[in-house]
Amino acid sequence: MNKITNNKAWFLVLPVFFIVAISAIIPLMTVVNYSVQDIFDPQTRFFVGTEWFEQVLGDSRLHDALLRQIFYTLSVLFIEIPLGIAVALTLPRKGWGVSASMVLLALPLLIPWNVVGTIWQIFGRADIGLGGYVINLMGIDYNYAQNPMDAWITVLVMDVWHWTSLIVLLCYAGLRSIPDAYYQAAKIDGASRWAVFRFIQLPKMQSVLVIGVLLRFMDSFMIYTEPFVLTGGGPGNATTFLSQFLTRMAVGQFDLGPAAAFSLVYFLIILLVCWVFYTVVMNAGKQGEQ
Amino acid sequence: MARIDLKSLAHSYFPDPKTDEDYALRRMEHVWEDGGAYALLGPSGCGKTTLLNIISGLLTPSHGQVLFDGKDVTNLAPEERNIAQVFQFPVIYDTMTVYDNLAFPLRNRGIDEKRVDARVREIAGMLDLTGKLKQKARGLGADEKQTISLGRGLVRDDVSAILFDEPLTVIDPHLKWVLRRKLKEIHNKLRPTMVYVTHDQVEALTFADKVVVMYGGKVVQLGTPQELFENPAHTFVGYFIGSPGMNIMDCKIDDGAAWVDGQRIGLSDRHLEAISKQNGKIELGIRPEFLTLDTGDAAKGADGNGIEVNIIKVEDLGQFKIATTRFGASEIKVKLGEDEQVVGQSGILRFAPEWTKLYADSQLVA
Repeated sequence: MNKITNNKAWFLVLPVFFIVAISAIIPLMTVVNYSVQDIFDPQTRFFVGTEWFEQVLGDSRLHDALLRQIFYTLSVLFIEIPLGIAVALTLPRKGWGVSASMVLLALPLLIPWNVVGTIWQIFGRADIGLGGYVINLMGIDYNYAQNPMDAWITVLVMDVWHWTSLIVLLCYAGLRSIPDAYYQAAKIDGASRWAVFRFIQLPKMQSVLVIGVLLRFMDSFMIYTEPFVLTGGGPGNATTFLSQFLTRMAVGQFDLGPAAAFSLVYFLIILLVCWVFYTVVMNAGKQGEQ
Repeated sequence: MARIDLKSLAHSYFPDPKTDEDYALRRMEHVWEDGGAYALLGPSGCGKTTLLNIISGLLTPSHGQVLFDGKDVTNLAPEERNIAQVFQFPVIYDTMTVYDNLAFPLRNRGIDEKRVDARVREIAGMLDLTGKLKQKARGLGADEKQTISLGRGLVRDDVSAILFDEPLTVIDPHLKWVLRRKLKEIHNKLRPTMVYVTHDQVEALTFADKVVVMYGGKVVQLGTPQELFENPAHTFVGYFIGSPGMNIMDCKIDDGAAWVDGQRIGLSDRHLEAISKQNGKIELGIRPEFLTLDTGDAAKGADGNGIEVNIIKVEDLGQFKIATTRFGASEIKVKLGEDEQVVGQSGILRFAPEWTKLYADSQLVA
């Protein structure tokens, strides 16, 4: 076989290579550089090997933050994914209701993160916030600034409010791609409502749901702005998630070495989970095709 | 298995239909026999899918009733009517195996596994799916997916009717032929009532005992393939069925004969008597098979029993020839035997009186 080799093609890749280098590879390498050195000033620095990694991995405060983070992310996924699917199933399929619900659903997605935090900060206050006031009026003692549980729930509800729309829109797009004939055939085959969901709607939503779960996993695992604005990580450390812990370490205490080491660990966790999840889901889909 | 009665059935997609044009389906009255194989044949937009969906219950007609074995099912949902339907594009349950796909309509009705297994294997055998039963349906080609859809339609043996909505559109030509034969075989064996929608006349004529030809929301003729061929009740049937279709010419009746562009075409007394009661637009139709074209020596000594035509072209289609002839404004196609020779540019066209049809306002008169 005569394969034409044209090495000029590599030049076409160069622009992308430069962009990726500047936006991702060089910063990442800088972090790697920090993570293996102890730097006092640009002239005074020592190579410390894996010391920072060992210190970081043994830090119990970090273990707490990581557990909190995992629990938070799982809660987000377990609430937002089923809720998003449920809402998508109830949306109208035609008429004016479609555009109306699209606009309504898109609204939370259009609001910047820090504004979302501010909205809920005020909304949740017992003195001037509608939400906090109404909850206290019902006789429940609610104060997210003092009670860790309340803070935790507020952050969670905020995230659900902010991001469920994304899952709804993705699922809705998946549902819309199902031809009417499928529903008609299912009717004639005598399928129950559950069977229609299980065998027609869910399989058709699968690919968008994978994207949805990945996006929500990554975003919620890296969540920073909203809790930072809402609670500042408190009360105590109740809502201090990984990114905030990291920022405190890096910018607050200027412990660049441990912070860099931890960043890498953080990065690897996200990469690993996404890769495992994606591979497992995609392989499950392919089973039995050969 | 059931007899299907359509009692003064009509449907309009408008809430308040006034003129005939507002109806997707004009008023009709039909009885389709139990165990019959019916084809609904017509061009796109003639209302055949509307009619099928009314029978299956996916659509509730705006007027009239649908009866299955005398029982009014007009307002019943598809699952309550106990019918099966196969759609134009394959509908399969991606995540299930071929076996589960076929078993799905049975399991939904709580039939016991033993019986399900027997039925699934029987149908899979008929459709050559036995080797694929354990595969996931997702990875199969369009042909196989549609075969599964067909199988799901056939798997229940207690259905009132099996409805097919252009089921072979996505199938490639060779397999189309095979599947059509299979359907016919299954019909002969199990005698379900089958209704088959198609716009392909070959499909309709080979599949069905009775063909329902639809045009503009109306059933213009219901008959056996032979009746449609020999005795088209409407000019549309003549034109749509047959290849090439019937020759249709505007004509006048005068002096005991039909006159087309000043040429005389002899008619029988039967024709003349029937047409004398009619007014409206009169047309004369004859199938290319029933015309003879004399050329060369045979055309000499014309006895006034034919009309002179110019021959425009002769196409040889292997088993027969099609000659296109012209006189005045009319273009007439003639089907000739493979061995018949056409000499010269003109000839005499002879009409077989018993196959010459007269139409008034497109309806057959005689």
